[in-house]
Amino acid sequence: MDLAGLVSAGLAEIAAASDAAALDLVRVRLLGKKGAVTEQLKALGRLPPAERPAAGARINEAKQALGEAIDARAEVLGRAAIARALEVGRLDVTLPGRGQRPGAEHPVTRTRRRIEEIFRRAGFGVAEGPEVEDDFHNFEALNIPANHPARAMHDTFYFGDGRLLRTHTSPVQVRAMRANPPPLRIISPGRVYRNDSDQTHTPMFHQVEGLVIDEGISFANLKAMLRRFVSEFFEKPLAIRLRPSYFPFTEPSAELDCQCAFCEGRGCRVCKHTGWIEVMGCGVVHPNVLRNCGLDPERWSGYAFGLGIERFAMLRYDVNDIRQYFENDLRFLAQFERG
Amino acid sequence: MKVSLEWLREWVRLGSDVDALAQRLTMAGFEVEGRALAAEPFSGVVIGEVLATRRHPEADKLTVCEVAAGVGAPRTIVCGAKNVRAGLKAPLATVGAVLPGGKAIGRATLRGVASEGMLCSARELGLGEGPEGLLELPAELATGTELRAALGLDDTVLEINFTPNRGDALSVLGLARELAVLEGVPLTGPALAAVPAAGEERLAVSLEAPAACARFGGRVIRGVDPRAPTPLWMRERLRRAGLRSLGPLVDVTNYVMLELGQPMHAYDLRQLQGGLAARWARTGETLELLDGSTIALDADMLVIADAAAPVGLAGIMGGRKSGIAEDTTDIFLEAAWFAPDAVAGRGRRLGVLTDASQRFERGVDPAGQARALERATALLVAIAGGRPGPTTVTESAAHLPARAAIGLRPATLKRLIGIDVPPERVGAILASLGLTVTPKGEGWAAMPPSWRFDLAQEADLVEEVARVYGYNEIPEIDAPMPQRPSAVPEGRLAPERLALRLIERGYLEAITYTFVDPELQRRLFPGVAALPLANPISAELAEMRVSLFPGLVKALGDNERRQQGRVRLFEHGAKFVMQGNDLKEIDCIAGIASGSALPEQWGAAATAVDFYDVKADVEALLAATGEPAAFAFEAATLDCLHPGRSARITRAGEACGFLGELHPEIARALELDGAPILFELELNITAAARIPRAQELSRFPSVRRDLAVVVDETSTFNQLRESVTVAASSLLRELKVFDVYRGAGVETGRKSVALGLILQDNSGTLTDADVDAVLNAVRDRLKQDLNAGFRD
Repeated sequence: MDLAGLVSAGLAEIAAASDAAALDLVRVRLLGKKGAVTEQLKALGRLPPAERPAAGARINEAKQALGEAIDARAEVLGRAAIARALEVGRLDVTLPGRGQRPGAEHPVTRTRRRIEEIFRRAGFGVAEGPEVEDDFHNFEALNIPANHPARAMHDTFYFGDGRLLRTHTSPVQVRAMRANPPPLRIISPGRVYRNDSDQTHTPMFHQVEGLVIDEGISFANLKAMLRRFVSEFFEKPLAIRLRPSYFPFTEPSAELDCQCAFCEGRGCRVCKHTGWIEVMGCGVVHPNVLRNCGLDPERWSGYAFGLGIERFAMLRYDVNDIRQYFENDLRFLAQFERG
Repeated sequence: MKVSLEWLREWVRLGSDVDALAQRLTMAGFEVEGRALAAEPFSGVVIGEVLATRRHPEADKLTVCEVAAGVGAPRTIVCGAKNVRAGLKAPLATVGAVLPGGKAIGRATLRGVASEGMLCSARELGLGEGPEGLLELPAELATGTELRAALGLDDTVLEINFTPNRGDALSVLGLARELAVLEGVPLTGPALAAVPAAGEERLAVSLEAPAACARFGGRVIRGVDPRAPTPLWMRERLRRAGLRSLGPLVDVTNYVMLELGQPMHAYDLRQLQGGLAARWARTGETLELLDGSTIALDADMLVIADAAAPVGLAGIMGGRKSGIAEDTTDIFLEAAWFAPDAVAGRGRRLGVLTDASQRFERGVDPAGQARALERATALLVAIAGGRPGPTTVTESAAHLPARAAIGLRPATLKRLIGIDVPPERVGAILASLGLTVTPKGEGWAAMPPSWRFDLAQEADLVEEVARVYGYNEIPEIDAPMPQRPSAVPEGRLAPERLALRLIERGYLEAITYTFVDPELQRRLFPGVAALPLANPISAELAEMRVSLFPGLVKALGDNERRQQGRVRLFEHGAKFVMQGNDLKEIDCIAGIASGSALPEQWGAAATAVDFYDVKADVEALLAATGEPAAFAFEAATLDCLHPGRSARITRAGEACGFLGELHPEIARALELDGAPILFELELNITAAARIPRAQELSRFPSVRRDLAVVVDETSTFNQLRESVTVAASSLLRELKVFDVYRGAGVETGRKSVALGLILQDNSGTLTDADVDAVLNAVRDRLKQDLNAGFRD
């Protein structure tokens, strides 16, 4: 067959190839090692030398034309194949994804982490300590001698050998004061225990206590810090008020009420229509406590506060029953998936 | 404590705005926890006067009365009370009256006689359990007046929560003193005159434990009428304070305690042998208390004893034998001062908490005994007659609380409060609180009054000034704070990081009690010593956990009972491990997995979670340390785990946790579904993190070769890896296991493990010859070490 015929027949075959495999067969037939065009090139050697360049050029032209036609056809067939695949490959995008689902952080931990973060940003460190404590760190050092009426407020769990379960995280503060020279800015979060169980009490719960010791730290500083804290926690500006109270380890001592975060003070069910919610105890560190921790109360002063994490979590996440925190019901826990 | 405003007003002039008053008290540290009217609402009840009575013609137990009610003609009232009689004044619920509980009074016909209303008992009016029958009203009350007005029943009773330091305020007098300061009004109060003695009889008192009882006031009173009725006004005040009327002798002692804060006791003089002594109890002594209980006395319990035996538990409760009886006419009144630490804690220990012990524990005015005796004598003689002897006060002056003036410096005040309080204000506040204030240097020296035993040092005065000045008048001032950058240690994994990793892998965080059920703990950890609580809240929460497993296993069971088939829980917290007598608190993270490996879904087969699923979770935690290769899993078990499906986790040879399937025997006993998988990691070892060091990356291609190695069942992957690693030396980048096969083509007792070796050199491209050499070396090594064969 002459070259022109070969090319026109080849182009027809290329155009007729209906898929990639058929096209590949055509390519092999025309341009493969034993393909028709390749044979023509091999035959060049038999031509007189003078004719060879012109004939070679023609054959190469034909080869290029066929090659381009094949590429073009491949492109068309490829696109068509993808178009078909798109058509048959539609997914139900509404079916759920495959694999594991994430779990959730316990609301008490979540609240604890938020509180820690707020105080960390204010320059506080986080200190931890043992849960099984001794009388000195839990009571004596905190100005609560044996038989002190304040002990009745604590409903302590004992082990009968002098050891006890800490009733607050204040012993961590005692340890911190005894171990580190001021200035000191710490919070101590953790589990605490009181022998009390009813609708509003569980025998174990969580506290965050805070302590600042430096020169010239005052009640006014305490007020400023805690007003800022409650406003940050509830993410809205809230007023506070302090009511005189009594804790053996602080003097002056106060209960801190913050403006109800739900009604902003107008009165609602949560604040029992008072506009205020009691959220923590606080005060200026008692000089006896400073002395017990080896600090000179003439030089150093400080403030301390203590709050219940469960209470803050209840206010933040509408948990109504404190006992739910420790029942570990998956349906309860799964509500706190973190985004 | 419950306090009637009517009673308070006898002591201090108060405004009529109860809300403002309650607010003022609360903001001064006396939290008003509740308030109530002195009587539940009722209406239409007036003072009735019985003019005449006659027997009901049809009923023996009923009386037909003519009752005057002020306006209008006397009414006919049918009454069933025994104490109804002509001349009696009693509450009359007129037609149209509504009694507490909403009971409406209308005309009624009782056995044929029409009754135009009802004569009422105390109980019917919600005024407590008075004596049987109609409430007998004082004759001086004007017939026809509204009962509520006549008895002041619209009085408000405040329920106040006192802090332990303010025992001095636990009385009408004490609270009135505070209110006088807060409202800036004078303290008034009834005249308290001494009652002259009508005889010389005294009872000898000795103070044998003078540090515990430094002052003991007493008075003999003979010829008291024990049947004299307690007047209504006193019964009402007691009722409003929450106390029952128990006859004039007891009522008077209670009344004085409520009014002046001095607990008192009345002894039946007949029952006392010789004089009284305040002394420590002796071993073996017992005492039957007024409430009928008999207690064994400890040597640290203070008693009042006569010549024969203890007759009272000092400051807590009197003895039954020497107590007031219905026919007691001769008494000895006691008003003593007991040191707080001689009383504190004993009542709790014995389960006997009384109004007296509550006050003595907090402290009672050491100067108030004689005053209380005079007050009680005056009231008693007025109500029930009697001839009082002289008031005697036995004391050990050296043991009474010594008081000294307390210095207060303006600089301290400013340093602790944060602002300057005007000096004249400071002096005025201290003086109003009863302190004797004198200038001292730039500040003050202030001598507290006897009742403010809580004031001992400068900080106590700072608090008082701040409290009366007003906490809310003190501004908010930001403290200047040193700026100290501080790094979060990178070489230590925060437990939160591990927790979040588990959460991302599907676990919910649990928080379980650190004290657990000893029975469950024994079942899981037989023979492991645990720390038991001396006073557990319940038998199920009685000892400290030695592992986080008991809590998680319980939580699993609880959730299965709530129809949750798939459970993934973890907890972060301490376990309490006994090492001899020493206790170690070890911070742990632990988890439990049960049910299907994946949540039920369309795109994956439902298979039960197994060891290797959870091992991947544990490996994810270990990877957070930055050096997962330092950890190893060794076949080892605990009593609570499946002996063939459990591993000890070690880090550089040091044990740091366990992973395994719950022992099927335990799962069966606890009625748990399936085969739960548990793990626990001790964070003291696990949480050390390696700070990454970047390695050079090879620029040359890597080569993969797969090998199917047939070894004995007992050969572990660890052994295979060891041999391959040694043989392939530095060229092995990664070793994958992509199949473990048993069955056709592999002899019984052997398994085929498909390994993928990724080889790479840092200094050049590996040739086929290089790779073949490595593989030959690996095969030889495996043959030699593990008697391995190879499949195609």
